[in-house]
Amino acid sequence: MKKSNKLMLLAALLPLALFIFPLWNITLEAPQYPIPLGMNIHINDFSDAHPHDIKNINLMNHYVGMKYIPDAIPEFKIFPAGIIITTILGLIIAFKGNYKWFLFWFILMIVISSAGLYDFYLWEHDYGHDLDPKAIMKFTNPDGTVMGFQPPLFGSKDILNFKAHSYPRLGALFLGLGIAASLIAYLVGKKNKNRI
Amino acid sequence: MKHLLKLTIAIVSVLVAFTSCNNTSKSNSGALSSSAAEKVYVAPGDHDEFYAFISGGFSGQLSVYGLPSGRLFKVIPVFSQDAEKAYGYNEETKPMLNTSHGFVPWDDAHHPDISQTNGVIDGRWVFINGNNTPRIAKIDLSTFETTEIIEIPNSAGNHSSSFVTENSEYVVAGTRFSIPIPQKDMPIKDYKGNFKGSLSFISIDPEHGHMDIKFQLIMPGFDYDLSHPGRGKSHGWFFFTTYNTEEASTLMEVNASQNDKDFIAAVNWKKIEEYVNNGGGTMMPAKYAHNVYDEATHSATSTMKKEVLTVNPLDVPGAVYFLPTPKSPHGCDVDPTGEYIVGNGKLSANLTVHSFTKMLKAIEDNKVAGEAYGIPILNFEDVLAGVVEQPGLGPLHTEFDGKGNAYTTFFISSEVVKWKIGTWEVVDRQPCYYSVGHLMIPGGNSQKPFGKYVVAMNKITKDRYLPTGPEVTQSAQLYDISGDKMELLLDFPTIGEPHYAAGCPADLIKPRSKKLFKLEDNKHPYAALSEADTKVVRDGKTVHIYMTTIRSHFAPDNIEGIKVGDKVYFHVTNLEQDYDVPHGVSMIGANTSELLIMPGQTETFLWEPKQVGVWPFYCTDFCSALHQEMQGYVRVSPANSNTPLKWSLGEDIE
Repeated sequence: MKKSNKLMLLAALLPLALFIFPLWNITLEAPQYPIPLGMNIHINDFSDAHPHDIKNINLMNHYVGMKYIPDAIPEFKIFPAGIIITTILGLIIAFKGNYKWFLFWFILMIVISSAGLYDFYLWEHDYGHDLDPKAIMKFTNPDGTVMGFQPPLFGSKDILNFKAHSYPRLGALFLGLGIAASLIAYLVGKKNKNRI
Repeated sequence: MKHLLKLTIAIVSVLVAFTSCNNTSKSNSGALSSSAAEKVYVAPGDHDEFYAFISGGFSGQLSVYGLPSGRLFKVIPVFSQDAEKAYGYNEETKPMLNTSHGFVPWDDAHHPDISQTNGVIDGRWVFINGNNTPRIAKIDLSTFETTEIIEIPNSAGNHSSSFVTENSEYVVAGTRFSIPIPQKDMPIKDYKGNFKGSLSFISIDPEHGHMDIKFQLIMPGFDYDLSHPGRGKSHGWFFFTTYNTEEASTLMEVNASQNDKDFIAAVNWKKIEEYVNNGGGTMMPAKYAHNVYDEATHSATSTMKKEVLTVNPLDVPGAVYFLPTPKSPHGCDVDPTGEYIVGNGKLSANLTVHSFTKMLKAIEDNKVAGEAYGIPILNFEDVLAGVVEQPGLGPLHTEFDGKGNAYTTFFISSEVVKWKIGTWEVVDRQPCYYSVGHLMIPGGNSQKPFGKYVVAMNKITKDRYLPTGPEVTQSAQLYDISGDKMELLLDFPTIGEPHYAAGCPADLIKPRSKKLFKLEDNKHPYAALSEADTKVVRDGKTVHIYMTTIRSHFAPDNIEGIKVGDKVYFHVTNLEQDYDVPHGVSMIGANTSELLIMPGQTETFLWEPKQVGVWPFYCTDFCSALHQEMQGYVRVSPANSNTPLKWSLGEDIE
């Protein structure tokens, strides 16, 4: 097996770590929560950072009319299927394909990941803005519009008494490494090709 | 003349300057007290180094303090009803206070002692005795709640209790007042020779801590005052101080103080355990309550036991000896090595220390000076290790620092005296304010004391605090004993009378402290584990309300169809699963206390409505921003009405 194909094999396998490690994490800090509330987002599940965190996030958020974080969302079926399909595709390419296919897989993964992030943003936006009209507490922005409570897509943000942090986790790192590895596989393959 | 005036002014100025210099140096002595302040200062948000469990005496409870700050964290209800926590008021904990005499809502809590493993404090449970209606309680140090109480039959004034052996094999309870065993109608003047004293060895289940009376040693009718287990080399023995070896039954202050020497009873419990395990002892009819709180059902059950195994010491030769000890000894303290047994002869000017090795030698050589009711008395000189000469007046209790020093309280001279084990010389003394009873060094009753602080517990405070009318606070005092000289650091008020205390490093307990009860583990028969499970069920004149609480509402919060004369049980489950989010509940006119329900817990109160109307209930613990909105209504109709039973949340009752 060529070196570039070995790299491509690694690239195809790395995203499988998403089945073990969380993709993303949202953490909420407040003075009353010396241990912050946190939610891990996996490709097939939401999980508590500490026991009962999601329940307690829901309890907090209901005061401003936010919906409960659902037990399951359609993405939990689509994302794992996507990862499995792209992995199989990657494996086939690693064994049968040449460097041009590596580039194809790289672009495919960039497109799929961007679509995933955009989907995540849409969900966050809806979660932060689609508020119960009978909310216990209603807040407005200085310009008079209804205040939203959307957590940041990436980074940290103050939301009322909470400081919200939203950052990728180990699963996302493995996915990123896989994507990067496919690009390197492409570059290495291309270089070797030129040399011949 | 002018010059003279100038001179005078100059001299006066110089004098003033010097005087103010003196003043300055005087105020510098404040530096000392500021160092004491630094030693007890625990910055906001920081934790204390030690837990101290200080008995609440006649409050019946056990208080939890931090050392060195002296801050009170919690009062754990043990033997007395506590309306704040609904202990002894709610249906779940009422059985905890059941006895063979019925429901007893109070006791006199005395001597806490922490469980041990291999001679070292393990921080799992603390045991404490109720003196008046003899009982031993076990407090679980993962929840800081009383989880078991066992009544002691054939006992009265349960005082030489509740001390734990070095592997928590037994917690021991000895009677202070001797009584007829079994109880019977007889003249009091026939006390002598007829009354008996029982020493109870209560086994502790190593896993759950469940208590069971393994055997009772039926001893002569003395007063058994305090006790301590042997440890290390003397593990397997237990030592009890006695007074009233005169066996007087009236004007005890005089008649029980006549003998020059009373005894320390040395009991070889291993020997008796073996005898009992081989079928020895006599099963005797008795009636005593055993109350166990179950964490899964959040409920206690009370079982009335029918018999107890008794042992006559004469049937187990070599199991019990008397060591003569001067003048009505109070504390009976064993040093960390297990070699020295200190008898604090409270009416003696000297402090007597016995040697375990010498005691064994005297037993081996069969050097018996006499006997009392068939129990051999050893020679005082044969067992004596040494005497601390004239250390103070009225020695009561001795603790050890693990560095070869002992600290004894003197009630009459109101001081703590430090002396050296082996040389018996006094090395330091510090006054107490006032009339100190017992003292505590964390880990004191173990092979490994943490000799950094000693807490002295005083009987009288008089002018030490702001006055609060005729009844003033009781108090404890904290001394630094890490140096050669003791240093008084802090006075702090205590609840009830601080009889005795036990302490241990915070790190032993802190990591195991529970934050909440898991809802999925809740096995309470009337629990509603979600709002979907809430309901109201009528059974004749009894109504059960399965209610839940979560920020910030009750479910249901509107109930109709209750009638005058009903017995209405509110079974309230706190659905919260977050640390420090209890909810409370109280109903107007309920003849009981509020409930204070921890996350995941179910508690029940009984309400018997007597008047027609619409009556509110509300949350009593400030749970959230919407706490003031956490309320509900119950409609009470006349006894003969046909108002249908209905309940709802968030909608009008249809």
